[in-house]
Amino acid sequence: MTNNKLTVRNVSKWFAGDNGEIVNAIDDISFALAENEFVSLVGPSGCGKSTLLSIAAGLTEPSSGAVLVDGDIVRGPGRDRGVVFQTYTLFPWMDVRANIEFALRGEDFSRAERRRVADEHLELVGLSQFADAMPSQLSGGMRQRVAIARALSYRPRVLLMDEPFGALDAMTRQLMQELLTRVWEEHRLTVLFVTHDIDEAVFLSDRVLLMSARPGRLVEDVRIDLERPRRFELQTSAEFVEYRAHLLSTVRAAQPIPGGIT
Amino acid sequence: MVTSQSSPADVAGAPKAPATVRSAGPPRGRRRRRLYAELSRPSYIVTAVLGFAVLIGAWWLYAAVGGLSDLFLPAPDQVASRLVKYAGEDLWSDTWASFRRVSIGFLISTAMALPVGILIGTYRRVEAAIEPTMGFIRYMPAIAFVPLTIIWIGVGEEQKWLVIWIGTFFTQVLMVMDNVKRVRRELVDIGYTLGMSDLAILGRIVIPSASPAIWDTLRITLGWAWTWLVLAELVAADDGLGHRIVLAQRYLQTDTIFVALIVVGAIGLLMDQVMKFAGRRLFRWAEKGA
Repeated sequence: MTNNKLTVRNVSKWFAGDNGEIVNAIDDISFALAENEFVSLVGPSGCGKSTLLSIAAGLTEPSSGAVLVDGDIVRGPGRDRGVVFQTYTLFPWMDVRANIEFALRGEDFSRAERRRVADEHLELVGLSQFADAMPSQLSGGMRQRVAIARALSYRPRVLLMDEPFGALDAMTRQLMQELLTRVWEEHRLTVLFVTHDIDEAVFLSDRVLLMSARPGRLVEDVRIDLERPRRFELQTSAEFVEYRAHLLSTVRAAQPIPGGIT
Repeated sequence: MVTSQSSPADVAGAPKAPATVRSAGPPRGRRRRRLYAELSRPSYIVTAVLGFAVLIGAWWLYAAVGGLSDLFLPAPDQVASRLVKYAGEDLWSDTWASFRRVSIGFLISTAMALPVGILIGTYRRVEAAIEPTMGFIRYMPAIAFVPLTIIWIGVGEEQKWLVIWIGTFFTQVLMVMDNVKRVRRELVDIGYTLGMSDLAILGRIVIPSASPAIWDTLRITLGWAWTWLVLAELVAADDGLGHRIVLAQRYLQTDTIFVALIVVGAIGLLMDQVMKFAGRRLFRWAEKGA
């Protein structure tokens, strides 16, 4: 267990519901991410996957259990874990470069170094020519690319992504997935990626963890043995379709449709 | 619309189906979308000037034929000539006295309201400790405090500042609190994931993010501060526009009262516009949502 980068150990979360009853959002989930592994957490909305990511980020406290990074228990948010949210989180009063430099203030960098690292990461996501633009001038996809660049810039040990492409249109989404795969394949990093999109999860991941809703439980842990580098053509390959079909049927089994439609 | 779907032959002028071209029956969709419709800038300005002219015209007409004595309702030209006369006398010193008072009172109030409002908006414990009390005091009419302020500190300059402070501070606190509460929580969370301290997040994320809204709060409350200033001067002052109004009442100079009111209104409008302009300059990023 020593080479596990991120460990989720027996994490449960429960809330007080509207009528005072106790809602068990996450029920005793355990898993671990090896170093430089890309793992997706997939499940229907309301299964607690975003809450689990928030717990890993240290922004939400688990009701029981613990999250460990390199064997150390997470007690709050910190620079060892970078987070990319679904909503746009660039600071609108700063230009794109300043947004990334902002994240680098915590490092022991000179002003020139900050600028160099920021520009490097803008180049990584293909936005060098937008360094001086304001966030409001960027499209949704571009904003998320900057957010990813910002989260990578200070070299966190783990990258946590909460449906980062959830608000984007289907076409932009596809491009973003390719970009993320390319970046990840070039600069390996431990990533926990939350999504409700099975295609996205299969395309990006080394492993897909499937969750059921209410209570949120882990129902399956699937290793995705698709060759890398991955390009979008992969999504029509027989293997890809097979993984996809398998995961879909597992989701169906775990989540019977109300009314008994099959 | 017909040509957009027709073949090149039709465009060339071969009238194959004249029936579809000829308009038949009543026009459809005659009603235009008028609610929330845009208005061009020139039209807006012309309409605004007209609206103002109608007000002056009605005033003039009523003063001329309404049968009221000049004592109650002076005509616009009478007020205008009084303004010219007053401008050669005490107008500037009165305006300066009032402006100074409102500026000092407002700045004291703002300097206190900003930290309190920001802390109430971000720390629930501070909110619980202070907010209910603030909400209660806010509903006590500031006017009712005037006699108390005179008993406490007399009728000097400080008393004017205190009246302005009482009238402005509590509302400012609650409005700033609300401005700060509306800061998007994800931006704050990003600060935490970057390992920033509470203080750094307040200074570098919460305050910059809320500043356009806070600026608006200041702009609005500055207008109210003027109201409290005039009130304070009406009660007890040796100079200032409010004091001028009381003096004029004593000598039945209705036109002077009108002049003072118009000057107060004009200064208020001017300051509002200046702050609006400065706000647009300072917070250009906030024009479009991001």
